[in-house]
Formats: sequence, structure tokens, C-alpha cells
Amino acid sequence: MNLLELYIHIPFCVKKCLYCDFLSAPSKEEERQEYVEGLCRQIRTYGALAEVYHIVSIFIGGGTPSILTADQIILILEAVYDTFAVDAEAEITIEMNPGTVTKEKLKAYKEAGINRLSIGLQSAKDEELKRLGRIHTFEEFLATYRLAREMGFDNINVDLMSAIPGQTVRGWEETLRKAAELRPEHISAYSLIIEEGTPFYEMYKDRCTDEGHEGNRSAGKELRSEEGTGELRREGIAELPGEDEERRMYWRTKDILKEYGYHRYEISNYALPGYECRHNLGYWNRTEYLGIGAGAASLMGHRRWNCGEEPVTLSRKEEMEECMFLGLRKTEGVSKERFAAEFGCSMESVYGEVIKKMCGIGLMEDTGRFVRLTERGIDVSNGVMCEFLLIHMESDPQSGSTTS
Amino acid sequence: MAGIDQSKIRNFCIIAHIDHGKSTLADRIIEMTGLLTSREMQSQVLDNMELERERGITIKAQAVRIVYRAKDGEEYIFNLIDTPGHVDFNYEVSRSLAACDGAILVVDAAQGVEAQTLANVYLALDHDLDVMPVINKIDLPSAEPERAIEEIEDVIGIEAMDAPQISAKTGLNVENVLEQIVEKIPSPTGDPGAPLKALIFDSLYDSYKGVIVFCRIKEGTVKKGTPILMMATGAKAEVVEVGYFGAGQFIPCEELSAGMVGYITASLKNVKDTRVGDTITDASDPCAEPLPGYKKVNPMVYCGMYPADGAKYPDLRDALEKLQLNDASLQFEPETSIALGFGYRCGFLGLLHLEIIQERLEREYNLDLVTTAPGVIYKVHKTNGEVIELTNPSNLPDPSEIEYMEEPMVKAEIMVTSEFIGSIMDLCQERRGVYDGMEYIEETRAVLRYHLPLNEIIYDFFDALKSRSRGYASFDYEMDEYVQSNLVKLDILINKEEVDALSFIIHADTAYERGRKMCEKLKEEIPRQLFEIPIQAAIGSKIIARETVKAMRKDVLAKCYGGDISRKRKLLEKQKEGKKRMRQVGNVEIPQRAFMSVLKLDDK
Repeated sequence: MNLLELYIHIPFCVKKCLYCDFLSAPSKEEERQEYVEGLCRQIRTYGALAEVYHIVSIFIGGGTPSILTADQIILILEAVYDTFAVDAEAEITIEMNPGTVTKEKLKAYKEAGINRLSIGLQSAKDEELKRLGRIHTFEEFLATYRLAREMGFDNINVDLMSAIPGQTVRGWEETLRKAAELRPEHISAYSLIIEEGTPFYEMYKDRCTDEGHEGNRSAGKELRSEEGTGELRREGIAELPGEDEERRMYWRTKDILKEYGYHRYEISNYALPGYECRHNLGYWNRTEYLGIGAGAASLMGHRRWNCGEEPVTLSRKEEMEECMFLGLRKTEGVSKERFAAEFGCSMESVYGEVIKKMCGIGLMEDTGRFVRLTERGIDVSNGVMCEFLLIHMESDPQSGSTTS
Repeated sequence: MAGIDQSKIRNFCIIAHIDHGKSTLADRIIEMTGLLTSREMQSQVLDNMELERERGITIKAQAVRIVYRAKDGEEYIFNLIDTPGHVDFNYEVSRSLAACDGAILVVDAAQGVEAQTLANVYLALDHDLDVMPVINKIDLPSAEPERAIEEIEDVIGIEAMDAPQISAKTGLNVENVLEQIVEKIPSPTGDPGAPLKALIFDSLYDSYKGVIVFCRIKEGTVKKGTPILMMATGAKAEVVEVGYFGAGQFIPCEELSAGMVGYITASLKNVKDTRVGDTITDASDPCAEPLPGYKKVNPMVYCGMYPADGAKYPDLRDALEKLQLNDASLQFEPETSIALGFGYRCGFLGLLHLEIIQERLEREYNLDLVTTAPGVIYKVHKTNGEVIELTNPSNLPDPSEIEYMEEPMVKAEIMVTSEFIGSIMDLCQERRGVYDGMEYIEETRAVLRYHLPLNEIIYDFFDALKSRSRGYASFDYEMDEYVQSNLVKLDILINKEEVDALSFIIHADTAYERGRKMCEKLKEEIPRQLFEIPIQAAIGSKIIARETVKAMRKDVLAKCYGGDISRKRKLLEKQKEGKKRMRQVGNVEIPQRAFMSVLKLDDK
């Protein structure tokens, strides 16, 4: 039997946040009911998979899944249990926002087998929450968190966001400490990325000077100048922290959370020992996963697809690349042994030169069994990861047919 | 075609200073002799290269045959050969002239005789051509035809009293030009029965016909089946077709005989076999002596040219060979750069020539090029008595082996209106010029004479000249002798590694300034990378300037949501793609345009 992770996407929310570029929107009750019924029907079509796979984790993500009624969540999970073989130990997470859950919902979650909650806090400062377009206050978060504990949930993640408009390094530290003092088992701390198509993009796109050079400009790259966006203040729009500040926030995160016993196990994720998110790690370890719902992505066998798109069969080369650039998100790095077991050749034979080069400039380290990013390597991880792409090698001018 | 009376043929070209209306007059002549209807006329008929039309200049010599019924009732055959006007293309002018018996000299009625007018007239006189002046642009409000005539007579010393006063643009009085061609341009001579002697004045490569040779028959006759011999290259072939030039097309005919201008195709596939300037003769009945050919022009400016994509190296070679076919002044030989890989060191007549070749390679042959800083030929006198002609700075011997170095000088003549004399003199001073006199041609215009080092004018001198005179100054130069000079090799080190493609030879006094500017420019052009990159300018082991490209602070995308890996992959691929367009020097990625940017360091 193979391992399979299940991701279920709920594309609904109360109100879209200003930075959000995920597939999610406010909706009517009938729409939601219709969507849930559709999801259940779809889940039940995968019966044949149960012969080959057993489910190790389920993640109900959004949007804001907690916007659904208790009955709707039960309906979905019933469909899953009817269709698949779900491990007794499976990690089953639901994402939720403060102010969208009640005692009854939490009770139903518990009964439906959900054993992990992921609560979107983002900031402990109300003015920052307001700037992000969040629908709740810190107080409301506290109420939800306490309720969850009361109801017996013993594995809770809190989502935090750094580098948000108007935030200072000190302010971020306060948010971190307030969250850590609550002792959630897991903290996700992402830094805000201004994505195209969001209201934030419209607000900040013209103000940012770091157009940079084509070579290091990347799609979706943050619109951050080195100095921040000072002039915005005059117009009453909170300024974005600059690149340097953003990095300082990142570095402080690890140190502060360490004080509270959390360790960083992935670029943006921190946990108390034993509480690393298995579902999340599955993505970086390339465990197979099936995504169900409007914006879900899947990886099964050698095929990848996003909902509604044609599956793409990955070549061996592409799988090697992914093994590296996904695996490097984990602080333990990529296991050479696992690489060799999966591809039948040593990591050195494929990537020896790149690894040597990256280690030479202090961006990676080779522990013998693993290769991983250094702290500095994390700061510029895209630059390191793209070195592991093999696909353009043939037409590379350095190795091209320059012999004639 | 057979039996055309030589006395009814006129072979001529049009010479002029740039912008005096040479190509426009050619267009008008073609139009008025009915070769093309005015509806078919496209401006600048003879300039059929895209680049020529765009820049409004003539680069390659072009030829066309037209029939004119003169007032005496006879039909005449005109072979009009267009010539380029820029100083860099003297060689081309020279080629065109060798195919002609006379030349029409076009002088702008408003601007009068200019530097290039003189240079071209002297070239024509060198070739024993009869020069027939024409005053153009008399429709301009500022036209002073009388003054232009005076200048032609005084400065050049040829009679111009009855020169047609025309407007090539409107067609006014152009028929007078046609009549005077009949009267004043001599008809060709030569014996159609003598052994074949034909001068190659141009050629081009056609993918169907192979090499097409443009030639002027001096003696004898050539037709299909004639076995021909190229006297310089020794190549032999059998003639497949002969013909003459329609407007933009080749019209086959029976034979070409002495006095005629036309083309020959033969079973020639190798572009190297037909060298412009060579003499074609009949292999079975060769002439005794080849024609003198024409003034051989040597390249004066050198630079390295590299394909942006290393795999295109053979394509670059093919393209250069094809261009060389009708541009013998272009020279190239293979070279290797650590930074840029395999490429060619190319020799040009001047910077415009370089730019034109570069653009033609890019447009006509679809090549993406990286060029290195242009340089001249330096003479390096070594302590052991050996003298090296240095065209590539990388080959400079160790300073301990060098006794002294020499650089080529030019005699420059700059014609400028009096208000700009001061600023032009400043410019020449800055470029290490030595003042050599000034003459007022008239009250408001003067000719400034300077001795200038060639390497000071090959960068952006022309642009600087134009900008400091609001476009009024014109400039001509001729090569002068080599003089000893305090020259040094300036190296650029990126991340402590010398980038050979960026090295160049420069006068010690200006090295510091230039080194500093180059470092600044490179700092702008090289993107921040994963580590800090020092950029240094050095003379020998001495660092004279330094800039630093700071390490990229941050390049991390935190979120990878719901397992959507394809998005992450696309991002990384795009980033990698960006790197591919760069040159790898050591661990540093240098964008192609960084190499080009240092060629154009703004003066101000």
C-alpha cells in the first residue's frame, strides 16, 4: 500500500484579505451547499484508489473552511471515510479564521476526526490586522484559541505574517512573543508577498523602485525596495518594510521562537518537538497527494496536475530537480540516501558540481548524509534552487557546440 | 544586346558628401528614363538594404542600367553605379569608380563643398574620371547656387559655370543632367575582340544562382559557356549566365562586351573565389596582365565579435564570409576569449563600418552578438628588437619585454561654423589632439586641422562632435604616421578574475578616468548575485578603480501553497532562463549587454 495525502480545497471566505491571491471569494449559502455536494460526489469517484493507497493526512484548506457549517464538514469527511482507507493515526487538519467558529462546530470537527487546527492570526496588532483587511481582532483570535483548547484540541497551528505594511521589527517580535506565549504546537511564519492581482499590488506596485535586473527579477517577486516605501507615508498608506528589515524579521523569528522551544524545520515553519506538520512535510518529501476542489493540486505516480488542467508527466530529470528544490525547503535538507534510492544514482553524479559551488560560496552545506541550505542560503533560496534545474543544460553556451 | 555601339554607352557614378542628395538624384534619373513608373518608385531605389533605407545612407555600391533617348534622337545606355558617401566606405567608392568612365559630382546648393566632397573628387580624379558637377537642392530657401559654383571652381578647381542647377527632390532641371551625361561623360573604350579582361567591382551571394559577380568589361567579350579564370584567386569556372542590371533585378542577355557593365554567374559556390577587385579573364585565351584593381584599403579598427549563443559560432563564420564577399575591407580571424568563448577578431575601416557590419549580421543573419571594445593596431617594440602589430589587447607582451609602443595618428579636418570653434577645440584637446591650423573658408565657416590619435576617435568622437556643434560640424580624416605614446593595458577584474573581453589599450593619462567609468557602468549592468562581487580596473597589478556589486540580500518565496509546485517551478525556470542569457565568468554571471555598455561611456 502506498501513502497518500488528501487536500480538500474550500474556496470560500467571509471577505477577501487585501493580500490574498488564492482562489477564494465570499459566497452565498446555496453556493456553498452545492459545492460541498459536488466535492462529496467527486471524492466518491476515487474508490478505486483505496485499493492501492491509504491516507496518511488530510488537510482541509481554503479560503476559510470554517465558514462551512458543522454538517457540511461532516458530510465531506464522511465521504472521505466511505471512500478511502484512512490511517487511525492520520493527521487531519482544518484551517479556520477567528470569528468563524463556534463551540458546536469545534465539537463536530472533533467528532469527525479532525485532530489539528490551523488558525489564521497573522498579527497580534489590531491596526496591522486592519491594514491586511482581516475580519477579526487579536481579542477575537484569543477567544477562538481558548475555545479550541477547551474543546480538547491539542495540536494547533497559528499562522503569522511578517513584513506587513507599517510593521516594524519590534512590532513583529511582539506578535511572535504573544503567539508563542500561548504555546500552540506549531507556528507558521510567512513573510508577506505582494502578488499581482491583489489590492495590495495596486497599492504598492508604483512605489517600489527595485525593478532590479532581469537576471534576478523573478515572477511574483516582492515589490520591495531596499529602503522601503517611505513616500507612501505622506499619502496615508502604510509603508512596506524594506528588504533589509524583512530579512531582520525573518532572522529574529528563529531566535525568538527558539526561546519558547520551537525549532524551525522548514523555511517558514516552526514546531514544538514532534509537532511538525506531516502534511506540509509531505509536499517537500514528494509524498503523493490528491487535491480535491476548485484550486487543488495533485501529484500521483509521475503525474502532476492542478484542478481542471491536463496532467503533466514528470520526466526523471524533473523529478530529480523537484526532489532537490522542494527538499531544500526543509532545514534537515535533502537526504543523499533517499535520492540514490529513488533515482538509482548518487546525488553527486548529478549535482556534484552545483553542490560544490554552492557550498563554496557559503550558501549550502554538506553534512555527509544530507545537503541543506545555510542561513545565508535561505535568504537567497530561489537563486540556489534554480541552480538545480537541469532542463536547460543542453543549450547552455558554456557546454554548447563551440568546438568547430 | 550584341553589337551595341560603344559610343552609345555611358558608365558613370554619382559622388557627393553625405546628405547632398546623391541617392535622390539617382532615383530621379531612373524614374525619368522610364525604367520605373513613379508609382513603382520607392524612395532610394538603389539603396535596397533595409539598413540603408533606415539610415538614409548608401552602404553598398549598387548598379542599374537605363536607356535614355537624348535630344539628338539617339538612344543611350546609361550604367549608373551608386556609391556610398561616408568616409568609412572610401573603399566601396573606389570600387565603383573603377567601373566608371565619369562621375557626377553632386553639391548641395546650401552647404557648398564639404570635406567628403573633396575626398571623393580626389578619388575620382585618381581613377582618371571626368567629373561633371551638379548643383542640387536649389529649391531650398537657403540655397546659394552661385556660391556653390564658386566653391567648386575655387576649392576643387573644376569648371562649374554650366553645371545644371537642379532639385533632385522635385525633379527640376534633372533632364539637363541627362543631356550633360551624354555630352560630358566619355564613352567607354576597349576592344571587344581582345582577350577578356573584366574587373569585379561587387558581388553577392544568391542561394539559387550562387555567387553573382558584378563586373565591368574592359576588353573582350564574355558569354554563356566562356571558361573563366579569376586571376588573383586562380579559381576557374564556366559562365552560366550573363546579364545587366534592371532596377532591383537581373536581366539575362547574350553577351557582355568591352565597355559594358553587367553580371556573370558561373558554377562558383565558394564565396572566397571571387574577390572584389580581381580581374576575370578567359581561361582558354587569357590576357597578359590583370587590371590594376583598386586602392587596397586596410582595416583600421578592430574588435572581437562573439555569438551570444556559443552554438551559433559556425553561423557567424558563414555570415562573415558572405559579407566579406562584397566587402573585402572586412577582415576576420578566429579568436578565443575566456569570457566570451569562440568568436572572431574583425577588422573594419572605421567605427561606422563596424556598426554597419554588426547590424547587418544581426538583421540579415539573425545573429545575436557581443562585441568587445574597438581598438586600433598598435606597434609594440620589444626589448629584443621585435615589433609586434597588436590588434588584440590580450596579446600584449609582458611590460618588462616592451621597449615602447606606438599608436596610429590621423590628420583630421573638421569643418565647423565659427560659433562652435571653441567647443570643438575643447573636444579635440580632450582627445589628445594636437592643433595643426585653421582656415576660414568664408566668414562664418572654418576648417580646423588636428592631429589626433586614431584610438581617440573610434569610440564616440563623431557623436560628441555632432552634439557639441548641434549637428553642424563635419569631419574627415586620413591616416597619418605612427607615433610613440605612453600606452597601457587597462584590465577589468570581476570577482578578482580578469575578463579578457573587457581589456583594452589606452593612454596612461586617461586610463584612470576610463577605468573608473567602466567600473561604474559595470556596477550598473551586473545584477546583484548570491555573493558580493568586486569590480576592479587595473593596470598591471595596480588597482586604479573599484566598485562593488553588493550581494543579493534576499530572493526567497516563502509560500508554496496546497502543493502547487508547478508555479514554483515556473518561477525557478524563469530565473534560470534569465541566467542563461548571461556570460559566466568564474562564478559571476555577466549580462551580454554589460560588455556592450562599456563601449558607450557618455562623455558628459
